[in-house]
Amino acid sequence: MDLSRKWLAEFVDSPADDKEYCDAMTLSGSKVEGVTVEGTEIRNVVVGKVLAMERHPDSDHMWTCQVDAGRGVPLQIVTGAQNVSVGDLVPVALHDSWLPGGVHITAGTLRGVESNGMLCSYKELGMTDHDWPYSVADGIFILTSDPDLAAKHPKPGDDVPALLGLDDHIVAFEITPNRPDCLSVIGLARETAATFDRPLKLHNPEVKGTDGASVAELLDVEIENPELCPRYTARMVRNVTIAPSPLWMRERLRASGVRPINNIVDITNYVMLEYGQPMHAFDFSCVEGGRIVVRTAREGEVIQTLDGNDRRLTPNMLCICDEHKPVGVAGVMGGANSEIVGDTAMVVFESANFNGVSIRRTATALGMRTDASARYEKGLDPMNTYKGVQRACELVELLGCGEVVDGVIDVIASDQAPRTVRLEPGKINALLGTDISEDAMRAMLRRLDFTLDGDTIIVPSWRSDVEHYSDIAEEVARLHGYDKIPVTLMRGETTQGGFTDKQQAERRTGSLLRGMGYSEIITYSFISPSYYDKIRLPADSDKRNCVTILNPLGEDTSVMRTTALPSMLETLARNYSYRNKAAKLYEIATVYKPVAGRDLADERPMLSLGAYGAGTDFFALKGVVEQTLCALNVKNVRFAARSDIPAFHPGRCAEVRAGGVFLGVLGQLHPLTCQNYGMDCDVFAAQLDFMDLLAQRAGEARYEPLPRFPSVTRDIAVVCAQEITVAQLEECINRGARGLLKEVELFDIYTGAPIPAGKKSVAFNLTLRSDERSLTAEEADEDVHSVLTLLERELGAVLR
Amino acid sequence: MKETLETIRREALSALEQTKAAQDLEALRVKYLGKKGELTAVLKQMGRLSAEERPIMGQLANEVRETLTDALARRQQAIAEAALNAKLEAEALDVTIPGKRPELGHKHPMSIALDELKDIFVGMGFQVAEGPEVELAEYNFTKLNTEEGHPAREWGDTFYIKEDSSLLLRTQTSPMQVRTMEKMAPPIRIIAPGRVYRKDEVDATHSPMFHQVEGLVVDKGITMADLKGTLNAFVEALYGKGTKTRFRPHHFPFTEPSCEVDVQCHACGGAGCRVCKGEGWIELLGAGMVHPKVLQGVGIDTDVYSGFAFGIGVERMAMRRFGITDLRLIFENDMRFLSQF
Repeated sequence: MDLSRKWLAEFVDSPADDKEYCDAMTLSGSKVEGVTVEGTEIRNVVVGKVLAMERHPDSDHMWTCQVDAGRGVPLQIVTGAQNVSVGDLVPVALHDSWLPGGVHITAGTLRGVESNGMLCSYKELGMTDHDWPYSVADGIFILTSDPDLAAKHPKPGDDVPALLGLDDHIVAFEITPNRPDCLSVIGLARETAATFDRPLKLHNPEVKGTDGASVAELLDVEIENPELCPRYTARMVRNVTIAPSPLWMRERLRASGVRPINNIVDITNYVMLEYGQPMHAFDFSCVEGGRIVVRTAREGEVIQTLDGNDRRLTPNMLCICDEHKPVGVAGVMGGANSEIVGDTAMVVFESANFNGVSIRRTATALGMRTDASARYEKGLDPMNTYKGVQRACELVELLGCGEVVDGVIDVIASDQAPRTVRLEPGKINALLGTDISEDAMRAMLRRLDFTLDGDTIIVPSWRSDVEHYSDIAEEVARLHGYDKIPVTLMRGETTQGGFTDKQQAERRTGSLLRGMGYSEIITYSFISPSYYDKIRLPADSDKRNCVTILNPLGEDTSVMRTTALPSMLETLARNYSYRNKAAKLYEIATVYKPVAGRDLADERPMLSLGAYGAGTDFFALKGVVEQTLCALNVKNVRFAARSDIPAFHPGRCAEVRAGGVFLGVLGQLHPLTCQNYGMDCDVFAAQLDFMDLLAQRAGEARYEPLPRFPSVTRDIAVVCAQEITVAQLEECINRGARGLLKEVELFDIYTGAPIPAGKKSVAFNLTLRSDERSLTAEEADEDVHSVLTLLERELGAVLR
Repeated sequence: MKETLETIRREALSALEQTKAAQDLEALRVKYLGKKGELTAVLKQMGRLSAEERPIMGQLANEVRETLTDALARRQQAIAEAALNAKLEAEALDVTIPGKRPELGHKHPMSIALDELKDIFVGMGFQVAEGPEVELAEYNFTKLNTEEGHPAREWGDTFYIKEDSSLLLRTQTSPMQVRTMEKMAPPIRIIAPGRVYRKDEVDATHSPMFHQVEGLVVDKGITMADLKGTLNAFVEALYGKGTKTRFRPHHFPFTEPSCEVDVQCHACGGAGCRVCKGEGWIELLGAGMVHPKVLQGVGIDTDVYSGFAFGIGVERMAMRRFGITDLRLIFENDMRFLSQF
C-alpha cells in the first residue's frame, strides 16, 4: 500500500520527518518498506514564459525562443517543438538541471545557435497523458492548457515540481493479510493516530441528492448467494458528464500508483484508496430490466471484462448480473458491456461486500488479480459499504459531474453482531511479561477505536482479526512498544538439550567422510519418474511405487524419491558436464516410501556416496565404506558379489551386510547407466540404509589388555583357481587355525608366469600369538600347517 | 727425555689441530698414544732413568698423556659436530614448497549454518526433533489455526499428494509444534530443523524446497519477555555479543502476539546501505506467542501454560553468512562451489 502523506495529513497530524514517522509505524506494526519523495529526480526546472520566437537560421523545424525564466534577463533556448507560441508558460530545464532517469541538461549550441536549457514535455518530467488529460502528448507541456494549473497562476521562475504537485512523500507499507483495513488511507491514518496518540479527524460524507424519482423506483437488487455477498449497497447518479477529474484528485491517484481515467472511474478508485472499500461504477443503460442480481455464474456464461478479454465463467464464480447476463465479475472486474464511456448518462455505484475466499479463487482461476480483488480476498468490513457509496456520491456532487438520485439501496443479506472480547489485564501482562496498568491498556484500545463497556471490549467491525485475549495482548503490546517489553530468561524447570543418537551419528558420519575426501551435497527430495529408467530400475521394481505430487512444478520434481541414487548421479553428471575433473560426494538423503494403509510415508535416511575421476576405483570406494562402518563401530561386515542390480556393473558390485542384515550396495555403475547420464568415465556409488547401519553398531569399545607375549608372523602364498574369492580363502584360514591366529592380512594377488593360466597366487600375512606364553617357532608352524592343509583340502589352494 | 716428551706434546697438539677427519684422528691416536705409539716408546725408556729423575719424568709423561687424551677427545667432538652440521646443511629443504595434503571433503554451506544454529539452541537446553515431510494437512494447517479457505492452502501454493487436499508436502516446519505437543508434556524446549516445500519456481531467491528451523517452548509462565530474551541470546551467540535486535509486530496464523525479528545490519551498523536496502535492519526470523487455539487444540490448558515459537529460514541465513547471491548454487552442488567451504 502506497500512502500519500499529503492525503494522510487530511486525517491526522504526524511527524514531518519521514524517518521518525516510518520507524514508529514499523514498530507499531505497519511495516514500512520504503519512502519515495516525489520530484527529487527533477532539479532546476522552473516555469518559463515564451517572450519571442524566431526560426532557427539553420533548421527548418527548430525555433529559437527568448524565455523569461524569472532570471531578470531572458534566456535563449532552442526547441524543436511546434506547439509553442509566444506568451505560453512552459517548464524550462535550466543550465545544469536534472530530469527523471538521470538526464542532465546543460547549456550548449544547437546547429550553431546558443541554447541555455530545454523546454520540456510532461513525458520528459516523468508523467503521462493520464496525469495531464488536457495537454498534448507530443510537444512542450503548455502549463496553462490544464485548467487547474492555469488556476494556480504560475509565474516565470516558479519551481515546476511543486507547481505540478510533485512534492508528495509516498510511504510504501507492507500490510499483513490480517489487516485489510490498513489497505486504505483512513486505515493507516487510524494506525498513525494510535501510534502517535493524536486525534483522528474523520468526516461523515454528506450527499445533498436531487428531488425527483428515488433509486428504489429505478433499480432493484437481489442477492441469490447471501454467503458469498453479505451486503450490497448502491446509489445512482443521473445526468452524468464524463470528463477528466480535477488535478487534486489526479495527483492523489498518481501518488497512490493508480492511473487517472475519468471523473466517475477516478471517484471509485479514490474511494477505494481512501476508505479501503472497492467500488464499481457501471452504465445503467446497459442493465437490462432495471434489476441487479448477485448470483453465481451459469455453466457456459462468458463475459468480456474491462481489460478486453473474454472470460469463461464457472458456476462457483460470483457475478453481478442484470436480468439476463453478467455485467461484472463480482469483486474482480467489471464487464465491458457496462463500462463507463464518454456518453454514459446514468451511473450505478456499487459498494458491496463479498466473501474473500470466493473472490480469491475466482481471481486466481481467471488469472486477474486486481486492486479490488486483492482487498476483497482478505475479507473486508461489511459496515464500510455504506460509507463508501456515500463518499462516492459526495465526490460526484463536489466535482459537479452529475446529479445523485435520492435514496440508497442497501441489501444486507447476512448480518453480524459486533464481536466482544473480555479485557483481562492480568492475563495480558502474564503473557507479555509486562506490568502495564489497566488504565493504560484501556487508553491504548480506545486509540484504536475499540469501545469499552466495563470489562467488555467491543471490537470495531473492520477488525475481524481480533478474537481472543491474545489478540488484545498484541494490540496492547504493539502500542506499548515491543521494544519496551523486558528481556528475560526462561525460569522454571531446566531441560536437557541435545541430539538424538541418530543426529549424532549423522554428524559423525559426515565428518568421517569429509576426512576421507568426500564432500557433502544437498539435493531435492523430489525427482522425475523417468529417473528410475535412467538408473535402469526394472519396470516391476517396488521402488517405482512412490509418493506422487498431484500438482508438481514440472515432471522433473513430481515424485518423492524412493532411492537416493538418481539425485547423486544427477549431481555427478552435472559436475562432469561442468568439466570438473573429479568429484567425491556424499549425502545423507531421505527417501520416501509409501506405506500401504497409511497416509504418512516411511521417510528413511540413506547414506549415498558417489564419485568419479582420478583416485577413485572400486576398492577406493569400498575402502571408504569399510572405514566408515569401522569407525561407526558396525560389526560383522561382509561383502558379497551382486550381478543382478541393473544400475551397477554386473562384475563390480557388492552388497554390504552387517550382522547378516542387508545394508545396501556399492560398486561401479553400469556403462549403460553412465551413458544415460552422459558420463563417459567410470562412476562409482554406494547406497546404504543409514538406520539399518546404525542398528548394527556394537556398544562402546571396552579396553582389552595389551598382549604380554610377542607375536609371530608368517607369510603364506597359495596358488588357487581364479574364481576362488579372497573372502573364501580368509574364511578358510580363520577356520583352519588352531586358536593362535590373531590377524590375517592380504598383501598380494598375482597372476601370470610362472603361475599357470586360470590360477592366481594369493599371499597373506598371518599374525599368531598366545596370551599365555611366548610362542615357539614350532607352535606357530603347526598352526600354519593346519591352515595350509585346510586350504588345500577345501579350496585346492596349495602353498606356492 | 724431557725434550722428547715436550716435542711429542708439541707435535701431537699441532697435528691434532690440523686434523679434519675422524679416521685421521684415529691414526694420530695410534701414532702417539697407541701401544706402539711414540709416548709408549718414551715410557718404555723410563727404566734407564735415575731414581730422582724417574718420578719427575713420570709425572711429565702423564701430563703429556692427559693433555693429548683431552685434546683428542675435544677434537673428536668438534669433528663430529662439524660432520653433523654439514649433514644437516645438506638435508635442508625448501620449506616453501607446498605440503602434501591429505584430501579433505567439504561441508555444504547450508549444513555449516544449520549445525551452528542447532548447537546454539542445544546449548540453551533445546532438544532437536524431527518429523515427517509428507504431512497431513491437519497438522500443516488446520491445527495451526489455518482453516480451510486460507490462501496458503491453495493448490497454487502447496504441493498436494491427495486429491482431497488432506495430504501434502509440509510448507513449514511448524507442524512439528503440534506433533511435539501431542507427544510431550511441558516443559517443552525443542527445535525442529528440516526440509519444507512451496510451489515456487526456481530462481535466484526461490526454490520449491528449502530448509527451516522451528523452535517451540511451552511451560508454565512463559512470556513474550522470555521470547525476547531467548532470541536475543541466540542472536548474540550467532553474531556476537552486543548485536542489536529489533522486534516488530507481524502476523502469523499460529502465534499471537506475533513478531518479526531484525538484526542490525552488519555492513553499515544501522545507518542504511545496499545490504539492508537502506533500512539499517535485516530480517532474521518470525516468532510469537503460541496461539491459544493451537495450545487448546492439543489439549494444553492455556490458563496454566503458555509458550512461544519461532521459525528461521536457513538458506537465507547461509547465503547472507557466506555472501552467496544465488539460491540455485545451494542445490546445484558444483564442486567448484562446494570446495570453497
